[in-house]
Amino acid sequence: MNTPFLPLADLETSHENQPFWDALREGRVSLPFCANCNAFVWYPRAICPACHRDGIAWRDLPGTGRVYSYSIVSKGTGRWKESGPYVVAYVQLDSGLDGIEGPRVLTNIVGDDVQQKVKVDARVRAVVDRDVKHDAKNGDVERILLRFTLA
Amino acid sequence: MSLRGKAFIAGAYEHPLRTIPGKTVAQVHAEVAAGALADAGLSFDDVDGYFCAGDAPGFGPLSMAEYMGISPTHVDSTETGGSSYLIHVQHAAEAIAAGHCKVALITLAGLPRSSGAGIAGAGRFGNAPEVAFENYFGMSIVAGYAMAARRHMHEFGTTSAQLAEIKVAASVHAQHNPNAFLRDVVTIDDVLASRMVADPLHMLDCCVVTDGGGALVVVAPEIARSLDRHCIPVLGTGTGVKHVDNGHIDLTYTAAAQSGPRAFAEAGVSPVDIDYASIYDSFTITVLLALEDLGFCAKGDGGRFVSDGALQAPFGKLPFNTDGGGLCNNHPSNRGGMTKVIEAVRQLRSEAHPAVQVPDCEIAVAHGTGGNLATRMGSATLILGRSL
Repeated sequence: MNTPFLPLADLETSHENQPFWDALREGRVSLPFCANCNAFVWYPRAICPACHRDGIAWRDLPGTGRVYSYSIVSKGTGRWKESGPYVVAYVQLDSGLDGIEGPRVLTNIVGDDVQQKVKVDARVRAVVDRDVKHDAKNGDVERILLRFTLA
Repeated sequence: MSLRGKAFIAGAYEHPLRTIPGKTVAQVHAEVAAGALADAGLSFDDVDGYFCAGDAPGFGPLSMAEYMGISPTHVDSTETGGSSYLIHVQHAAEAIAAGHCKVALITLAGLPRSSGAGIAGAGRFGNAPEVAFENYFGMSIVAGYAMAARRHMHEFGTTSAQLAEIKVAASVHAQHNPNAFLRDVVTIDDVLASRMVADPLHMLDCCVVTDGGGALVVVAPEIARSLDRHCIPVLGTGTGVKHVDNGHIDLTYTAAAQSGPRAFAEAGVSPVDIDYASIYDSFTITVLLALEDLGFCAKGDGGRFVSDGALQAPFGKLPFNTDGGGLCNNHPSNRGGMTKVIEAVRQLRSEAHPAVQVPDCEIAVAHGTGGNLATRMGSATLILGRSL
């Protein structure tokens, strides 16, 4: 079984963001894209917060980006109590489209010695962190999250 | 309509304890309510407007009105985290100006220390549409503010030593406050040597976790004139909301950039007119960003502005948080907005501790920052005067 870089959990997802998780399971970073505004929507939702018109379609991004800011948390709490130090970050995603910025997304930067190596503006690439949780009621359930490693 | 002079703070009360075992949250709300009403020379029977936020138990204003035995004609439970109570002052002034009430009571109370809850639960809301994209990365509240500090350091060269100056000033003030949770004066080196919680924020960059509470009584001008107490006119008010902004969040500024200018404009004053500043201080970076956004210095100059004891009363360039603030004195229920207003009222009444009383304190700002700098936040700014 795969060992995740950092804790995973059963997510509170909704139909508004389900395509994000479906794509991520296949190794793709996909976000709502508003054709009227020519812009990605973050966080994923059913309406465009800029124009509020119909016209949302899902579009893949390259899954690369750079660190906008980060913090090294010395020790976690709750489910993260055994974790630390670990890196929480905002990553500015590459859009893959000329003249369009990708969104800044909250995430973790993971990987060997990341606490020493991470810097603002460091290049990163997506990693799909996943494991399988077994319980009597639901059987095997795959848990998944979009994290990043230094490129 | 301008709210300038339309309402007065007649009563202000801060619970003296920082650990309150054996009491309920409702009980502490009622105790601070009684304290603020007594300070004003009013009673529960006079209250016709009631305001509380997310720290109030049960059904908020309904539960607390019942508990305290009041029947207000106006209620408001605006919730923007720790800044809520400054917004309540604004909304109380609006309600009074509209004739909906004449004596507005605002209360805050919480027991995070004696209950053992700490900061757990602060800022967590079920069913929020962003939950799946924010709540699973181990982002403590400190880490959110730490990311704001990191970005500010990256863009403007701000240093940890400059942030530490803010804690030092708070500690210099807290030594004079017998009720303060932390009364020891600390140095820049003490801050830098304290345990790293979320890099670049150290333990001493963080506010205290305390039980406690506070309350305010805001009244109509005719009520203020009838009271023997020195009533503090509300001169200007401003609210600002900032959020992730569709993936374009900029961590170098706060919603004070909206609330501040609105409050100063309504009051007809500018930052150079301010004699004393109560600035929300959940973390040192919270203060630095707010000072820039409120216009006390240019964006990016906050680190230089707070250096060399600039925030220390009574003779610093801008005396701030003379009670010791959330960094040293009190951050009841993990919400520091109420105590910001209370200390500003003390300063304007010349009732601060003599060691930190600002001479001829005529105009003060009280500023609140609620929510999380790294996601969504509500800022509120009040300009208050010694007299109209």
